[in-house]
Amino acid sequence: MINNHPILAIEDLTVSFDGFKAVDNLNFYVMPKELRVVIGPNGAGKTTLLDMICGKTRPTSGTITFDDKELTRMSEPAIVRAGVGRKFQTPSIYENLSVFENLEISYPSGRTVFGSLMFRRTDEVKDRVQEVAEMIGLSDRLRDEAGLLSHGQKQWLEIGMLVIQDPKLLMLDEPVAGMSVKEREETAELLNKICEGRSVVVIEHDMEFVKRIAHKVTVLHQGKLLAEGSMEMVQHDERVIEVYLGH
Amino acid sequence: MNTFYERWLGGKQGALGLAVLSALIFLIMPLWLDIFRLNLVGKYLTYAFAAVSLVMVWGYGGVLSLGQGIFFGLGGYCMAMFLKLEASDPASTAHQTTPGIPDFMDWNQITALPAFWEPFHSFTFTLLAVLAVPAIFAFVIGAAMFKRRVSGVYFSIMTQAVAAILTILIVGQQGYTGGINGITDLKTLHGWDINTTSAKYILYYVNGALLIGIILLCRYILSSKLGRLLLAMRDKEDRVRFSGYDVSNFKIFTFALGAMISAIGGAMFTLQVGFMSPSFVGIVPSIEMVIFAAVGGRMSLIGAVYGSLLVNYGKSAFSESFPALWLFFMGALFIAVVLFFPNGLAGVYEKYGPRIQDRVSRLFSRRSAPGSGTHAVRTKG
Repeated sequence: MINNHPILAIEDLTVSFDGFKAVDNLNFYVMPKELRVVIGPNGAGKTTLLDMICGKTRPTSGTITFDDKELTRMSEPAIVRAGVGRKFQTPSIYENLSVFENLEISYPSGRTVFGSLMFRRTDEVKDRVQEVAEMIGLSDRLRDEAGLLSHGQKQWLEIGMLVIQDPKLLMLDEPVAGMSVKEREETAELLNKICEGRSVVVIEHDMEFVKRIAHKVTVLHQGKLLAEGSMEMVQHDERVIEVYLGH
Repeated sequence: MNTFYERWLGGKQGALGLAVLSALIFLIMPLWLDIFRLNLVGKYLTYAFAAVSLVMVWGYGGVLSLGQGIFFGLGGYCMAMFLKLEASDPASTAHQTTPGIPDFMDWNQITALPAFWEPFHSFTFTLLAVLAVPAIFAFVIGAAMFKRRVSGVYFSIMTQAVAAILTILIVGQQGYTGGINGITDLKTLHGWDINTTSAKYILYYVNGALLIGIILLCRYILSSKLGRLLLAMRDKEDRVRFSGYDVSNFKIFTFALGAMISAIGGAMFTLQVGFMSPSFVGIVPSIEMVIFAAVGGRMSLIGAVYGSLLVNYGKSAFSESFPALWLFFMGALFIAVVLFFPNGLAGVYEKYGPRIQDRVSRLFSRRSAPGSGTHAVRTKG
């Protein structure tokens, strides 16, 4: 690693819901331009971890330092502006707007009330939308209503909506769930392209897909870190096989 | 010019709808109706402001306010306070214990004009207050609720509670507000008698022009990125929030904008009808305003105007013959609209309008067809 300073440093992170610790004393570091995959059985705290990074859930204790900023005290929009993008598990797109408008809303300018009133669809915006649309393979669907896209295309659109924000850290929650084999392959290529400029954290269950994209894998179990390392190493870890991969 | 056409007028369809509405308000109604009826239409058109504001707040903003009467009333009261002060000059109130204060204050043993009435001697201040008081009030309510992510039915109930509280406050503080009777006996605006026929015509036209202006402004706002954001928020609020927008600010803005629009209607109501009372502030008028918007179509600015006209016309026509049944009828109308025409009149028009347009244009082309045919025969011959 050229740069030893992690872009995301999570230390002693705990969140408890009525006494149940969904994430328990977790330490987690992501390096710049790294693509990290988080795996683990249901209820391991994977989605809760992403929720806490993006501000949707507030931790009970611990720190989340991103790019030298403490995220635990920042509002959700402020965290986004600091450079964290997050894709939800089910495709979250604006069904009634066109693909172009979906991407345009995500373009990082005119984010205040009066900024959005004054927002102009400049050539710069159009070019950027076009560029991202080509990246996610939707450049010929820009005029279509987003609700008409297939499930896989909706997932790509949401990924595109995050890419257009140009975040330093992109978090994806099960991006290939419900996709066909071919769509999965295309998504893997897309993610490899995306992480050239930024760090990416992916939650995923599909081991074939994980193998294709992961630089490093983190295994969570009952809110705790069970194992961390290369895919090769994790796959042969006995505890991981026992709680997760074995069945 | 092109942006004006596309963004303010709303393209060909929008411009057409606006032209028809303007013709109805500015030509057909005044030519067809006597001044008494026209004044009634003017009153209905002041409710249309509230209905238009609900299209913005409820239809596009996705938050159902059951308290637009609050803002209609605040705007109306601000205007009424100015007019009342002008009507209460020392000469015409010489018979009172304390001359120079509004009559209802005198009846309630108040001997000096309360401090919050003082600035309403100024017309400029009053005009500012008509907009600013409801906007600030809406900002406070909106900030308190939306920042805490209160939404949906809870928000509706809260606005309704505020409407009830404000009514009780106005009724209870008779000496300061005129109580249940409201502020009555309004006569002149800067010495201009507002009860003459010519004044009523002028106020009717001013009201119509303001309404069209507000619709244009709303169209402009909706055609901006803010309009698309409102649609996006209704669909996936979290996605908007996690795209870097402070969702609550957009809701507060829309709510405050709606408050100002309603308030303009309220102020015009006071001017045209000649009084303001708590019966236009509370829960019942607020819900009636929702019905106007629902009947017209909650996603249609123009539809809301037709909804207000139609329901109010129905109200006066129906309640003349069956006064006891009107409320039931209105309730039934609301339920029917929600069940069968969720997009109101505008939805019906969108569904059948193109078909009718098509049929009309075919009718015209059929009429012209024989003409061109004979012409062709002639040239042949």
